[in-house]
Amino acid sequence: MLKLDQLRTEIYSSQGTVVAVDGVTLDIQPGETFALVGESGSGKSVTALSITRLLPDNACVAAGSVLLGGTNLVDLAERDMRRYRGRHISMIFQEPATSLNPVLTIGRQIIEVIETHTELHGAAARSKAIDWLRRVGIPEPERRIDTYSFQMSGGQKQRVMIAMALATEPELLIADEPTTALDVTVQKQILDLLLSLQRERGMSILLITHDLGVVAQVADRVGIMYAGELVELATKDEFFSRPMHPYANGLLGALPDVDKRGHTLEAIPGSAPTLTQAFHGCRFAPRCHAATERCRQEAPALYAQGATHAVRCFGFAPTNPVVISALPERIAGAGAHNRREAGDVLLRADKLRVRFPIRSGLMQRITGYVDAVHDVSFELRQGQTLALVGESGSGKTTTGKAILQLLRGSAVVDGSATLNGLELMTANDRQLHGARRQMQIIFQDPFGSLNPRMRVGEILEEGILSLQPDVSAVGRTERIAVLLDKVGLPRNCVTRYPHEFSGGQRQRIAIARALAVDPQLIICDEPTSALDVSVQAQILNLLKGLQQELGVAYLFITHNIGVVEYLADHVAVMQDGRIVEAGRSAELLSSPREAYTQTLLAAVPRARLKAV
Amino acid sequence: MINYLARRVIYSLLVLAGINFLTFFLFFSINTPDDMARLQLGGKRVAAEAIERWKAEHGYDKPLYLNLKAGGTAMLTHTVFVENSLGILHLNFGKTLEGRDIAWELGKRVGPTLAMATPVFIVAVGLSIVFALGLMLFRYSTLDTVGVVALVALMSISSLFFIITGQYVFGKLMALAPLSGFSPGPGMFKFLVLPVAVYVLSQLGSDTRLYRTIFLEELGRDYVRTARAKGLSEIAVLLTHVLRNSLIPIITSAGLLLPALLTGAIVLESFFGIPGLGSFTIEGINNQDYAIVRAMVFFGSFVYVLTYLLTDFAYAWADPRVRLQ
Amino acid sequence: MPGPIRACVCSKDYGAMKIVVLWTDWVVFFVMAATLLYAWKVRHTPHLASTWRKAFASPTGSAATTVLAAFVSIGVLDTLHYRRLLSNSTGTAPTYGTETLSLLDHLLRRQQAGKERSYSAPLAYLAYEKEAVTTNGETRRIYPRLINAGTHLQDPAHDRAADVLTRGFVGAIKGMFVAGLLAGLLTWFKSRRNGRGLAAAWFDIRSGRTRMPLRVVLTTVSVLCLLSGIVLALSVEYHVFGTDRVGNDLFYVVMKSLRTALVIGTLSTLVTMPIAVGLGILAGYLGGWIDEVIQYIYTVINSIPYVLLIAATVLILMTFIDNHADLFPTAANRTDARLFFLCVILGMTSWTDLCRLIRGEVIKLREAEYIQAAQAFGVGTWRILSVHLLPNVMHLILISMVISFSGLVLAEAVLSYVGIGVDPAMQSFGTLINTARLELSRKPAIWWTLATAFSFMFTLVLSANIFSDAVRDAFDPRAIHN
Repeated sequence: MLKLDQLRTEIYSSQGTVVAVDGVTLDIQPGETFALVGESGSGKSVTALSITRLLPDNACVAAGSVLLGGTNLVDLAERDMRRYRGRHISMIFQEPATSLNPVLTIGRQIIEVIETHTELHGAAARSKAIDWLRRVGIPEPERRIDTYSFQMSGGQKQRVMIAMALATEPELLIADEPTTALDVTVQKQILDLLLSLQRERGMSILLITHDLGVVAQVADRVGIMYAGELVELATKDEFFSRPMHPYANGLLGALPDVDKRGHTLEAIPGSAPTLTQAFHGCRFAPRCHAATERCRQEAPALYAQGATHAVRCFGFAPTNPVVISALPERIAGAGAHNRREAGDVLLRADKLRVRFPIRSGLMQRITGYVDAVHDVSFELRQGQTLALVGESGSGKTTTGKAILQLLRGSAVVDGSATLNGLELMTANDRQLHGARRQMQIIFQDPFGSLNPRMRVGEILEEGILSLQPDVSAVGRTERIAVLLDKVGLPRNCVTRYPHEFSGGQRQRIAIARALAVDPQLIICDEPTSALDVSVQAQILNLLKGLQQELGVAYLFITHNIGVVEYLADHVAVMQDGRIVEAGRSAELLSSPREAYTQTLLAAVPRARLKAV
Repeated sequence: MINYLARRVIYSLLVLAGINFLTFFLFFSINTPDDMARLQLGGKRVAAEAIERWKAEHGYDKPLYLNLKAGGTAMLTHTVFVENSLGILHLNFGKTLEGRDIAWELGKRVGPTLAMATPVFIVAVGLSIVFALGLMLFRYSTLDTVGVVALVALMSISSLFFIITGQYVFGKLMALAPLSGFSPGPGMFKFLVLPVAVYVLSQLGSDTRLYRTIFLEELGRDYVRTARAKGLSEIAVLLTHVLRNSLIPIITSAGLLLPALLTGAIVLESFFGIPGLGSFTIEGINNQDYAIVRAMVFFGSFVYVLTYLLTDFAYAWADPRVRLQ
Repeated sequence: MPGPIRACVCSKDYGAMKIVVLWTDWVVFFVMAATLLYAWKVRHTPHLASTWRKAFASPTGSAATTVLAAFVSIGVLDTLHYRRLLSNSTGTAPTYGTETLSLLDHLLRRQQAGKERSYSAPLAYLAYEKEAVTTNGETRRIYPRLINAGTHLQDPAHDRAADVLTRGFVGAIKGMFVAGLLAGLLTWFKSRRNGRGLAAAWFDIRSGRTRMPLRVVLTTVSVLCLLSGIVLALSVEYHVFGTDRVGNDLFYVVMKSLRTALVIGTLSTLVTMPIAVGLGILAGYLGGWIDEVIQYIYTVINSIPYVLLIAATVLILMTFIDNHADLFPTAANRTDARLFFLCVILGMTSWTDLCRLIRGEVIKLREAEYIQAAQAFGVGTWRILSVHLLPNVMHLILISMVISFSGLVLAEAVLSYVGIGVDPAMQSFGTLINTARLELSRKPAIWWTLATAFSFMFTLVLSANIFSDAVRDAFDPRAIHN
């Protein structure tokens, strides 16, 4: 039904021309779900935008064609293209919060698309909009149609987006990371809704995602993109039973889950290439464990492997294929789990409660409090990892900040948190200063957590300067050099600025910064959520190795169940500011007792290799 | 929302009190009433009695902030500050040096100024929005580039140039409009055309450029992409989606246009002989008449605070997030 | 208050003259020192260097910078002040002229001294108005010859055109020679730096193959040299731009106006910047009642329409200066003090905007994770403010400074025109336009005063606007709307 042929999209920037999509050829059959998978910068979203010609102003389709039922969309005049958008091809996007117009009612936004593309107008269009809101599961659609998007939850906003996209009954829905911004339980509901609507309507879906778990759950066919190219094309079953491209294998191996506990993850070394360069060999060759001279010199084509499977790798070339060496066996010993004896209790939280004041009325007096964290108690022993798991708004990050005493002044914190016996909540400035040497934090966003105006050396030095002022300048320099070795960065990076590093490297710098004062506890606040899977594996391996080596304890705050399964000794599941269930991770994750934990675990999409 | 607006009103009152204090301090503390008297009576060798008499005549013969001679609350109330402030509260701004009542003058002069400022405001904002939207339709094309260059050039021309050459070319050479003067009633139209046109022209460059930037920023937002994905035409996207959202920053900047309007009024009124508040201010400056200038400062600030307040109401109208939360 | 004020205006004897440093001179020197310091820092900070390179890399940006640099050097020449020695007989204390002169006055002494009685058109040799002249006992009303222009011509009606052309041509040649010299110097420098031959370096520049658009810079320099060569050559014997009502050579007046415009454009923001930045960062980071108070203060100040605030303050200032004449020994001191305070007042109206901008940015930055990381290290508030926050709002300060420059230059003209700007005795675009406001309606129209004032002002403001666009695009295209 939709056919892309040698699609090439270029983006013009001050650094040169970025070939974001290079020679992508694929087709989507009526009624099927095709998942286009890739990490950030792989060109999957640009492909989607190229189809509907919604590219930013500095980008354009440079070559190739997009055929929809015999019409080449690339050649259409803008006027005619508009008749396809929203009518034959609809789109939903990653951020439902920003994708809806904040100053127009949702009804107006849905009616607008109905009136543009169908004969229905006025009351008829309105009743159709209400009908669609009901079909996507918005309660009280007659009333909600006149509300604004900011009055709805994230999941509801995405439902509205779906209603808006499907109200004209298009043949193709392009869903660009439709659930990435949503919690895992909501993600499941949205994916289920999409699938049921697809069955009902028989439309095709082009799903753009980075999450192999989602692919495993909903896709019929899969295309893997790397550095602007399609590297593997297969049905879902073929892909998960026999992935061929080394990159695809690497991605699956890099996913943390319970099976890989006690092993190092198969992280793909390095990071994705920049797309301003001209490539000569295989684009994956620099990161590939099996790359040969040929891979570096010649570019492979997409070689067919049977009727529905194709792969862009010389290992599958019809004439003298390159031998793909097996991946080195998982090193079971090095990353092994629980080798270390659990030590004494390092951190103990007891009936921790965090309330943020609500100000209202004429004088902005404090009229009440909103409870962010309620009655939270846990223990963390030395050298162990406790994972605080929960969806957004469950209070897990607030708990971490309350323990670090970063909320003093902005929230009311009750209860107690002791670190090595010191009560942190009532500690005075001097005591707290001492305690800060023992606990540090790593943040989620590798771009926001390093001051862009400071050199790496200054960033790493700051903590030592503040907390161990007695260390001499020479001592600091030595310690920084050692830290950089530990986190796997070259020593010469002390004079460079954060923006010169990739996301994964920045996260290494942030880890080095936390380690600079030799803490016993590191609070890891979603440290890998902003990273691609292949880089996430590098960071998880690093964190695990450091724990083995230094005996540091982690309070690991995350929403990613896979990471928890892979890393944590103990788990505490949080919902609405309370811990609903806690225990040893092996037991809790395999046999959850509470209903919420069961729902949460059931909602997690799994991507596993199937035994052939 | 009622709470929000009530808070804004109260805050505005507090701001007005602050302005009153600040201007009082400027006018009475840096130069004391003695200095003023000396200035008005001429020269340095003025008899002390003459100064006292002058002060008594103008009601400046009490201590400025704290009357130590009086007891109780009178210590605070029997002062120049309190009496002066209370006077302003009752719209009693005192008299000019020539003995005219300032409040009466203000009342008489508001009309002409408003008659000029209102069309300027509406036409300037309206035209700028239209031009900026026009540029949006052709963004990143040659027309847009040429337009931006023209806007920068327009911004770089002094408004005095527009006034002086405008009056010369249209008033004198082409005799399309009277050079200067004013008449109340419908006849004012012919006197206002030229100053309004001249002022709008001098504002056009910076306003259009500002709105262009605002529109460009809105155009980069996700909801615009959604609107395009729905198959709406570019004009529909601009008018229903971008313009609606841009109204919020536009309201802010239009509110900021007001002080510029006052400047404009001062220059234009003196040049085109319009008997408004601007020329009254000039008169005060030229005569070194403190009473006029202080009255104008307070009156101008009052109008400004009022506009701020209106801006807040306008936000509530334009932005459902303000209205409903 | 009198003590420290007096101390600011300092003068020192140097034999033949007495160096005078006016208040604004101090600030100009300070700005120059600060600029040099900043340039040094930029050289040693890669991200700043690359951002600035980006600003200069656009052809329009570098051309505008070149023009601005030329204007600034004229302004600097006009900032080195002295008083001339009048008599120095041994035994008595030397006496100095009451007039404070600058280096620019010295360079343009011919134009300064060559006054006429009243108006004269550009390049004229006759006055604008007829005068009664008695020759041979017969009184006739004729256009008299100018005193200081075209006096070398025997038969001006016949010779002038050829004379002007010759002089202009010679001036153009001289200007091109200087431009060629500069180009040669640049090529030599470039070839030494890259270790390549002169021819290769010249080829690179000519074909635009340099990292910075040197070709554009050289072209701009050449145009400037050419124009100033012509003007300077002609100005020896003519009033190139004519004379004003009191017979001043407009070329001289407009050159003097440049300093006033530059001083107003830079000092206004600079004087108040510490307040704006300090309060903005404090309000944004500390929040709470400190934030409330600071917000209240700037809302109050911001709520007074700035023309009226300026009118009020200038009025008060005039009274103050009148009442304290002893503080200001010379007319230059008086006019300079008024200029200085005008800058302060103009700054007062702009600091509120900058303050609000910085406060908003700091509120955003306060939640940044690197700030929280610093807090987790127990880093002190002062260090967070100065090391983490200040460098991250620096670009806003810079952008707001370059953006407000052109607005301030334009505002000066309007304010002086209304009579609440600089002292009427001070040369500035505003006072120039003010004196010329009714000249167009005379017959024949006197267009040259306004034309000169407006064209120089336009060039200055346009290049400032283009420069600020380049800076804004390089530093943060979305930081400030206008």
